[in-house]
Parts: sequence; C-alpha cells; structure tokens
Amino acid sequence: MKILVVDDERDIQTLFEQRFRKEIRERRVEFIFAFAAEDALSYLYQHEHEAVLILSDINMPGMSGLELLRQIKQKYLKPPPVVMMITAYGDAENYNIAKQLGADDFLTKPVDFNLLKEKLKINS
Amino acid sequence: MNLQLIISFFIILHLRKSLQTASQFPGWNKILIALLFACIALQATEISFRDTKLTIIWLSHIIILSITGIIYSKKIFYSARSTMTAVLPLVLVSFLSDLLELINADVYTEWEKLFDTAQLFSLIWMVTMLITNRNQKKAIEKERLKTQEEERQNKIMATLKAELEVQVGERTAELTSQKEELEHALTVLTATQSQLIQSEKMASLGELTAGIAHEIQNPLNFVNNFSELNSELITEMKEALNEGNITEAKIIADDINNNEQKIIFHGKRADAIVKGMLQHSRSSNGIKEPTNINALADEYLRLAYHGLRAKDKSFNATLNTDFDGSIGNIDIIPQDIGRVILNLITNAFYAVTEKKKQMDDGYEPTVNVSTALKPAPVGGSMRARVLISVKDNGNGIPQDVVDKIFQPFFTTKPTGQGTGLGLSMSYDIVTKGHGGELKVETKEGEGTAFIINLPV
Repeated sequence: MKILVVDDERDIQTLFEQRFRKEIRERRVEFIFAFAAEDALSYLYQHEHEAVLILSDINMPGMSGLELLRQIKQKYLKPPPVVMMITAYGDAENYNIAKQLGADDFLTKPVDFNLLKEKLKINS
Repeated sequence: MNLQLIISFFIILHLRKSLQTASQFPGWNKILIALLFACIALQATEISFRDTKLTIIWLSHIIILSITGIIYSKKIFYSARSTMTAVLPLVLVSFLSDLLELINADVYTEWEKLFDTAQLFSLIWMVTMLITNRNQKKAIEKERLKTQEEERQNKIMATLKAELEVQVGERTAELTSQKEELEHALTVLTATQSQLIQSEKMASLGELTAGIAHEIQNPLNFVNNFSELNSELITEMKEALNEGNITEAKIIADDINNNEQKIIFHGKRADAIVKGMLQHSRSSNGIKEPTNINALADEYLRLAYHGLRAKDKSFNATLNTDFDGSIGNIDIIPQDIGRVILNLITNAFYAVTEKKKQMDDGYEPTVNVSTALKPAPVGGSMRARVLISVKDNGNGIPQDVVDKIFQPFFTTKPTGQGTGLGLSMSYDIVTKGHGGELKVETKEGEGTAFIINLPV
C-alpha cells in the first residue's frame, strides 16, 4: 500500500518511517512524502494511480490541505484516492469544510499511530 | 445806644446759631434767651428813661462779663472763644473806662483821650479778628467739605473695590473649576491613551494567538511522538540485546539518539515561541539589546501568517523572504521592532486578501519580507543603515489616503476591525524610539512596500 503524506514539517518523515519501521521493512506499506500541497499534486500527476491513500495536513504555507483535497476530489482522477485529513484538535470549522469537500476520514493532531494503523488495517 | 448790650445781643445770637443750642443744649438755650430779652429790655429802658443810664451801663457790663466768663469757662462754648477774643479788648476797655469814670472823674478826664484811642484800637482789633475768624471758619468749612467729599469718594471706591473683589473671586472660582475640569479631562485622556495602546497591543496579540497555538502545537506533537517512539525503540533494543543481536541494538540506539536530538530541537522551538509571545505581551522595557533582525522578522512572519490562516481558512499567500546574512546583530528594542514588523506584515496580508476577493484565480497573493545592510558611505559622517522591507502585491494605497495612514485612529478597515493605531504606533517606535525612518512606497493596483530604515 502506497501512502502519500503531505505536511510542511519535515520531521514528519522521520517520525512515520520509524513508527512504521516494521511495516516498511516487511513491505506492507510504502510512504512517499511531500512537504507542500503543490508538490503533492505534481507527484500525483506524475504517478497516476500509485497512491491509494493520501494523508494531508491542513495548515500549510502556500496551498492549504483543503485546497489540495478539493483539487483531488474535483479535478483529479477516477476513482479518486482515499484522502485522510489531519486536523488540529478542536478545529470544527476545518473538519466541516473538509467533510463537505469529500474527505474520507480524519485524524487529529497529535497523530495517534495505533489508531492510524488500525484504520489502515495493517496492524500486526 | 449801649455798646455792651449790642455786643451781648449779637454774641448770644451767634452762640445760639453756631451751637444749635435750641436742639443741642436746651438748658443753656433758656439762659441765652433770658439774657437776650434782658438785653432788649435794658436797651428799651435806657432809651425810654434817660436817668437810668448809669444803672443800665453797669448792668450791661455785668451781662457781658458774665457771658465772657461763661464762654471762657464752659467747654461747650469752646468754638465761640475766638469770637469772644475779638470783642474782649473792646469789652475790657469800656469796662475800665467806665469804672475809672465812676471812681475818679478827674483822672478819667485826664486819661479820656487814651481810653478813646484804646477803644478805637479795640474796635479795629475786633473787626480784624472777626474778619480773620470768618475767613478761618470759611477755610475750615471748605476743608471739612473737602474731607467729606473725599470720604464720600473713598466710600464709593471701597464699595466698588468690594464689588470688584467679589467679581474677581467669582472669576477665579470659575477659572479654577475650569482648570480642574481640564486637568481631569487630561487625566482621563492620558488613561484612555494608555488603554488604547494596551488594547492595540492586545489586538495584535489576538492576531498572534492562533499563530502561536499552531506554532507551539507542532513542536509539542513532535516531542510527544518522538518520546513515545523512543520508549518503543528502547523496548525493541532490549529485545535485540536479549537475543544477542548487538548490531541491531546499535542501530536502534542510533535511532533513539537521533530522535532525542529531534525532541530537544522541537522542545527548544516551542520554548522560543513562548518566550517570543511573552516578550510581545510584556510592556517594552525600552532597553536596546543586540538582536538578530532576520530571526526576529522571520519569527513574526510565521506567527502572523499562521495567525491569519487560523482565522481565515481560505487565506493563502506566497511568502518570500530575502534576508541579508551580513547584518549580524543590531541594537534595537526587540519587542517594539517586532511589533512594527508584525503590524506591517499583518497589513500586507490584509491587503493581498482584499485584492484576492476582487480578483480571479489568476492573482497570486505574495508578500515579500527582506532585510538589507547599507554600509556607511566612505569618508562621510553618515552611519550604516539596516533596511527592513515588507512588500505586498495588493491594491496599493490611494494618494489621498497615503497622507493619513500614520495618523492615530485612521483606519480603512470596517468599524471594529482596526484600532487605527497600528501604523501610528509603528511610526513612533521607528522614529522616536530608534531614530529611524518609516517610509511607504505604493502604486495603486500594484502594491505597497513599507520600509523601516534604522541607523546602526
């Protein structure tokens, strides 16, 4: 399973790679990282149908996660990939907008990795 | 005619008139009236009966001498003494001549000429004295009237003075109350001003809060996530050691170490943000300290951006920074300059957001923050300067507005959204607080650049 993680914080890569070290080693999951929504979009255009899941932060400089979500769901590909949004705790407004835009699922910050693994059904 | 009786008659009339005896001294008045009638009676008797002349003469002498005695002995007749003195020689000379004639007629005949002369001189003396007295009295009367008039004038002046003093008192009270009112108004204004400055600070803090929350949340998440990860890794490392897999244990140990570095890094990041926030809310201590202007500008750029982003989800802008690394630390009051930079950046974001609302998708909101060091000209007395520029590609500022933007309370934002103090406070901080300049370059439809120019 190929997962595209979009976040402007670069350390998110280290975090995911270590948290999923076993799953990565066992090749049950593969992560691609984009540090801006624009980069994520261009990756998706170049690697069509590769990513089955997109995990995106909302609050990023430049294009926001919501805009990315809108573009993926409206303009991009059929069938569109599953998009899971990461919202800040208690941010009901972003949650509602994301839901309207067609987000498939939500995670709140800080990311509960056990919950995420459960959702990805790759729990070992 | 009897001289003594005539003199007596007139003296009594004079006394009654000058002393107002009828009303002032009724007792003496009766005596004087009695004497007056006695004089008239004696005179009438003398004219009617020639042979009584000698008796009448002596009665007349008694009357006039009595009057003389009374005038000189009683204090109430003091004012008549000068008149009496005028007639006294005449009275005495006629008395002495009559007396001598009675005692020794021969001697009298021998001395008659002398007595006549004395009588003449007495008469002259009397007339002179009476005229002098009259003149003196007139002068005294005149003086008295003058004094009276002066007193009257003084009274009028005293009244006027009292009135004036009352008026002055009233005016003074009025002025004092006005002064107190003004002082009170000034106190209220000063208090209001400091409240406004405080609320402007709070407003900008409010703009920061969301940004700060976002900025703190991320590093804290990393701290939490990496800590959890490390405890998992330690368990795994123990397992590897138990299995005797030293190589694997070493790899895990390296990972733990790397994660620890990240925990420290993000912990410090959160720490710096909190410190920056405290610095912003704290009232400026007014002390300049060496500050990295690039770091300061970057910090406030991020806070302002995330702050606005949190408030307005659709907000989006490209941020460009161009920091001159050769600047190093410069002496500024970091809280104050931070506030100015924050204010300029917030304004720039506001400008591009407004334009974005009007434009199509083709518009790319962009804010540039740059710093530059302008070295001192060689040989000149000019100091080196640091320029901090905040530039947006918004709508620009119309010419009629640009002259007012540094005025306190001037704002183009809708009521309740801007205090109108941001730029005026910024201007004061840069010019008065740091001896620098705050300039604006704007072109309608193309954008605005604010440039802080500080001497270093």
